[in-house]
Amino acid sequence: MAVTILDPTAEAAPAGRPLAGERLRPDAPATIALLDIRKPRGDVFLDELERLVAERGHTVLREAKPTFTKPAPADVRAEIAERCDAVIEALAD
Amino acid sequence: MELVALVKHDCPVCDQVLPVLDRARADGAPIRIVSQSSAAETAAQATRLSLAQAPELDPELELSIRFDPDAVPAVVLLERGDERARVEGLDRVRLSELAAQAGVALELDGLPERRPGCASITRDPLVAARLGARAARESGRLRAREVEIGELEDPIEALFDRGFSDGLPLVPPTPERVVEMLDTTSRHAQDLVGVIPPYDGEATVEKVAINAVMAGCPPDAFPIVLAAVEAACDPAFALLGLVSTTHPSGPLIVVSGPLAEAVGMNSAGNVLGQGNRANATIGRALQLVVRNVGGGRPQEEDRAAHGQPGKLSACFAERREDSPWEGLAQELGVPEGETGVTLMAAEGPRLIVDQLARTPEELCASLAAGLEWVGHRKLRLAFDALLVVGPEHGRIFRDAGWDRPRVRQELFERSCAPAGELARGAGGIAEGIEQQWVTDPAAPVPKFAAPERILLAYAGGDAGLFSMVYGGWVAGEIGSEPVTRSVEPWR
Repeated sequence: MAVTILDPTAEAAPAGRPLAGERLRPDAPATIALLDIRKPRGDVFLDELERLVAERGHTVLREAKPTFTKPAPADVRAEIAERCDAVIEALAD
Repeated sequence: MELVALVKHDCPVCDQVLPVLDRARADGAPIRIVSQSSAAETAAQATRLSLAQAPELDPELELSIRFDPDAVPAVVLLERGDERARVEGLDRVRLSELAAQAGVALELDGLPERRPGCASITRDPLVAARLGARAARESGRLRAREVEIGELEDPIEALFDRGFSDGLPLVPPTPERVVEMLDTTSRHAQDLVGVIPPYDGEATVEKVAINAVMAGCPPDAFPIVLAAVEAACDPAFALLGLVSTTHPSGPLIVVSGPLAEAVGMNSAGNVLGQGNRANATIGRALQLVVRNVGGGRPQEEDRAAHGQPGKLSACFAERREDSPWEGLAQELGVPEGETGVTLMAAEGPRLIVDQLARTPEELCASLAAGLEWVGHRKLRLAFDALLVVGPEHGRIFRDAGWDRPRVRQELFERSCAPAGELARGAGGIAEGIEQQWVTDPAAPVPKFAAPERILLAYAGGDAGLFSMVYGGWVAGEIGSEPVTRSVEPWR
């Protein structure tokens, strides 16, 4: 169940968590993971995305969750974190 | 005139009264039947009792809060929206009379004459807490930003991830817990307690309460936390410097007075150690305020080279039983009978053993030798100290009738040392007083700037001929001065 807590800080910064890593620079080649969450036709969308990303000189790593109903397994997350600079997740139906 | 009946699904008395009310309503009587339970529970009850119509729902408990019954069933007689009378529980005679005023005849035959009802759902502690938190938000008592922790997040891990923790798990500061904390002080939640360095965050009573919840503070100890935060913000305490120094000191809180015992603080065995919730969490709450409201974080704004365990929490109570003196806070101006906090910028405590002294003179000679090593024996006038006299040492002073000024004066004099021993290079130690200041090698140089710069507290277990010494940070006007505050204004 979601829990609501009260902010213990002086609220000088946004409530959201900071990004774990630095943003990618558009001109620097990167390794980008495309995560298929296993919704129907998500692969079609990701195939097109892969073509566009590769055209721009980036390396693509295709990953997939076993099922969209559950969070990605730890090893999938670990592989993306270890090998990739960014991840694009296909969320929608 | 109309009747409003509040019921809930798991109340046997409601089960008895509901069918009667339901039949009257089906016959056209002006009765609203409202359930405090969920839709599913209410529907199941209606099916079980074969009601003609399921009760209305009160999902936000608005009606329940408005009528605020102790027990259900609660049947309320309304005239143009205003309450005229009510019956809580089952009382056949009174219920019949009440219904008659609305022109309703209830068929109560076969029911018991009287039966107390069941507690209204608004009396459920968890529900009451939720409603209290909602009311606090609506009234402006709670103004802190709400942070949602997602369903897939562990709340404890989420608090670590968001950087709120000192390294130990935190209690999630839910609005309900924060309101419980706020309820222990008469002060308004938006009153300003102090401005916290290094980033000048405003510590309102509410923000302090949030951090006190996270620290695990018992709510009745909250006024002590507030007084400690107020004391820490006194400019004389120099909290900004203390937070950002390379020295290991942190704020040490000494609590003197009856409230310490009332909230369960330890002043006896293992007084400076683990195992007591209030001791462990009052100091932690102050440190979390510094971290979260002020923004002082280790290796960032906090430049301590080593730090010390007391920077997680450093707080203890003075022992009142068999004390040779009045409390430290009382000596520093808090009226007798009130509770006060004294804050000192202190490093970790260290033991001074003397198992053979039997006179106050012998004991002071030993304790003074221990005090000389605060910071470094050859550094003089730079540091204050707090001596925590244990009961077996305190007894010697008590039996001799030595009051605080007498003990302090003796310690001050006995911690003097000949200038020649303290000069740079003396004893093969580079550290020390510059040679130009040593005109007479035999001249005594005090360790402390004045006798008053040696604070005395009384605490510890019955057995053990020990005292403990806390060394201070840069002392006096150029550094941090001890600050005392009464807890009374925060109760």
